[in-house]
Amino acid sequence: MAFRDDVRRIKAIVWKDLTTERRSKAGFNSVASLGVTILVLFGLALGPDGQALRDAAAGALWLAVLFAGVLAFNRSYQVELEGGALEALLLYPGSRWAIFAGKLIANLIFVLLMLVIVVAVGIVLFQVRIPAQWPTLLGIMALGVVGIVVLGTFYAAMSSRSRAREVLLPLLLYPMLIPVLLASMEATKAFLGGDLLNASGAWIQMLALFDVIFLVATFLAFEYVIEV
Amino acid sequence: MSPATPSQFGPPKPAPVWLGWGAFLFFLFTQVYAVATSPADAMMGHLQKMMYVHVPAAWVTFAAFGVVLVASLHFLWKEDERADLLAASAAEVGSLFCGLTLVLGMLWGRPTWGVWWSWDARLTSTLVLFLIFVGYLSLRSFVEDPHRRGQWSAAVGILGAINVPIVWMSVRWWRTLHQIQSNPRGLSPEYLRGLLLNLAAFTLLTIWFIWRRYEAARYERAAEHAAQAAALGDNNG
Amino acid sequence: MVSLNSLFHSGLRCKAKPYILSAILPLENRVAIALISAVPNAAPLPTADLALDARGVARRFGARWVLRGINLQVRAGEMVGLLGHNGCGKSTFMRIVATLLKPSAGDCYVYGANVKTEGDDVRHHVGFFSHVPGLYDDLSARENLAFAATMLGFPSADIDAALERVGLTHVTHERVRGFSAGMQRRLSLARLILQRPRLLLLDEPYNNLDVAGIALMNGFIRELNAAGGAAVVVLHDLVPAQGVLDRTVTIRDGRVHVPTADDLLHGGASPQAITLPAGAAGIS
Repeated sequence: MAFRDDVRRIKAIVWKDLTTERRSKAGFNSVASLGVTILVLFGLALGPDGQALRDAAAGALWLAVLFAGVLAFNRSYQVELEGGALEALLLYPGSRWAIFAGKLIANLIFVLLMLVIVVAVGIVLFQVRIPAQWPTLLGIMALGVVGIVVLGTFYAAMSSRSRAREVLLPLLLYPMLIPVLLASMEATKAFLGGDLLNASGAWIQMLALFDVIFLVATFLAFEYVIEV
Repeated sequence: MSPATPSQFGPPKPAPVWLGWGAFLFFLFTQVYAVATSPADAMMGHLQKMMYVHVPAAWVTFAAFGVVLVASLHFLWKEDERADLLAASAAEVGSLFCGLTLVLGMLWGRPTWGVWWSWDARLTSTLVLFLIFVGYLSLRSFVEDPHRRGQWSAAVGILGAINVPIVWMSVRWWRTLHQIQSNPRGLSPEYLRGLLLNLAAFTLLTIWFIWRRYEAARYERAAEHAAQAAALGDNNG
Repeated sequence: MVSLNSLFHSGLRCKAKPYILSAILPLENRVAIALISAVPNAAPLPTADLALDARGVARRFGARWVLRGINLQVRAGEMVGLLGHNGCGKSTFMRIVATLLKPSAGDCYVYGANVKTEGDDVRHHVGFFSHVPGLYDDLSARENLAFAATMLGFPSADIDAALERVGLTHVTHERVRGFSAGMQRRLSLARLILQRPRLLLLDEPYNNLDVAGIALMNGFIRELNAAGGAAVVVLHDLVPAQGVLDRTVTIRDGRVHVPTADDLLHGGASPQAITLPAGAAGIS
């Protein structure tokens, strides 16, 4: 019964976050535009040679998603800080992890939507040849985004409520994300390059393992971070 | 049980002076001993001597961050502010030795590989560790409320420590140029004795540093309280 | 468990004073003052029967002790006003009771649930009406309430009835962004109406409310009172709360201030500290 209440709460938070995001439109559009702009900059830095672009595509795509995504994480708590909504949120009965889960799912949907746009543009700009097993590529993307969003949602709960939030979140988040980014980039790269050495499978397993570890750790630690 | 506050702790136990002098003299002795007794390496020549600082610095870096992990867990569990101050002190000292490890690694890499930085797995992991704890110390400086600072930095410290083996695993998979793990058992005895002695000396020095820093942190906290008490004419705050 | 700290802060220190008072105060006030001050000395009262039982609650921000040991007991069905200067820690105390802050020392129970360790149970009982509206600007009035109802665990609550009661039917589907401060207060009140908490915590509830709004708020407080609920109300002006409160308590220097004989005889620094019977709270 209590668990069903928590599930209902998670759904309500997801709905609330996505609705406010949809209504303020500016948020998603500007974040997605930033992702595309970063891709263009990478293209200028690495191009115009087609092979060089293709080799660098995986790295550029993930970094564009990361840099744009960071803005989304702070925004997601910004909504709560206006008018003391976070206070009200913390006053509702029910488990704290439900708040984290709700924010996490809402951010996941937000960043995945952005990823679709950034990847579509990236495939064109970096002259990537889409491999035949493209559904696997989607799986890699999803796993990587889970890792980024789990840690991003967790660290933003602190940074958004501290001084210098713009610099603090990347400073805390980027070093923590190195394993996830490395695994995502390498898996994507190996896959786009035809995966001759069959390396992407190992990276995908590693990525899934990292996701699980960070998911468990952040769910356990969230209560300490949100309550003060 | 109510959480303890610093004013209830009384003055911290000062780090004994003999420990500081002892550690320093021991350190001088072990350095001279190691350099004097080790013959030039067949491959690396006298560059090998760098090992007597590089390896112990790396070891105490990890030991210091181990202290951060344990103290952070203890703080979240018991809400003892002293554990928070200890974690902060260990993180500062650990970052110092981490920086030393990185610089020496680069100095060693230049003549060995011909480049300052080779993206070798161990060096890269150490760099990531350094960045994680730069973030930890920045977080501490950006948050004023001590309780919030304690809880947040404990969470960041614990997650950072969890991340260390994960970073190591992924970076090693990604690329490794480094020689095979410099296992002490693989070293010939004339190198090994000097290395072990230096490990001991560095450990003592680190204990002394952390202790002194912790003592200072306790006094800083006590001074805050005393100033406030004086301002309010308060006799039990 | 009563910490040594709370014993030191309150009970032992205030012990002598109620006896002086007892000579000059009528009976009901003596009972109230005894309830305020003398608890840790006696065998602990059954906490579970009290709506609120604060024992030596202390809180510091950095090196500054805002609360130095608050002892306050509120029975079920009792309405207590909380007075004190700006910055004396009233709001901090309310936030501790509502589990938004942890006390640095001392213990606090809401219907027997410890705010430090049983926060979730406390949150089931407590309704907190704070300075900030706690609403989402981009959701409509109805959506805000529907969200609150789900989060409170009453997904099938009658939202339209609550909106009608606070007089916001005409803006049901409008976004809160365009609401005036008073309308936002009313919407926050509607959320409390959905919740019907057993312990109301109102932090300056009459701010920004017009006369009708004040009547609405008082009507709601009385209704909860009739149902056996308790309330702690932070006030800077007693007039709007006329006829609602059973007694008032003053916080001074981070503690519950017990008026000394001097205060009473010479009109003291804080006349409001005197316990007021219901209906007699009008000080203008």
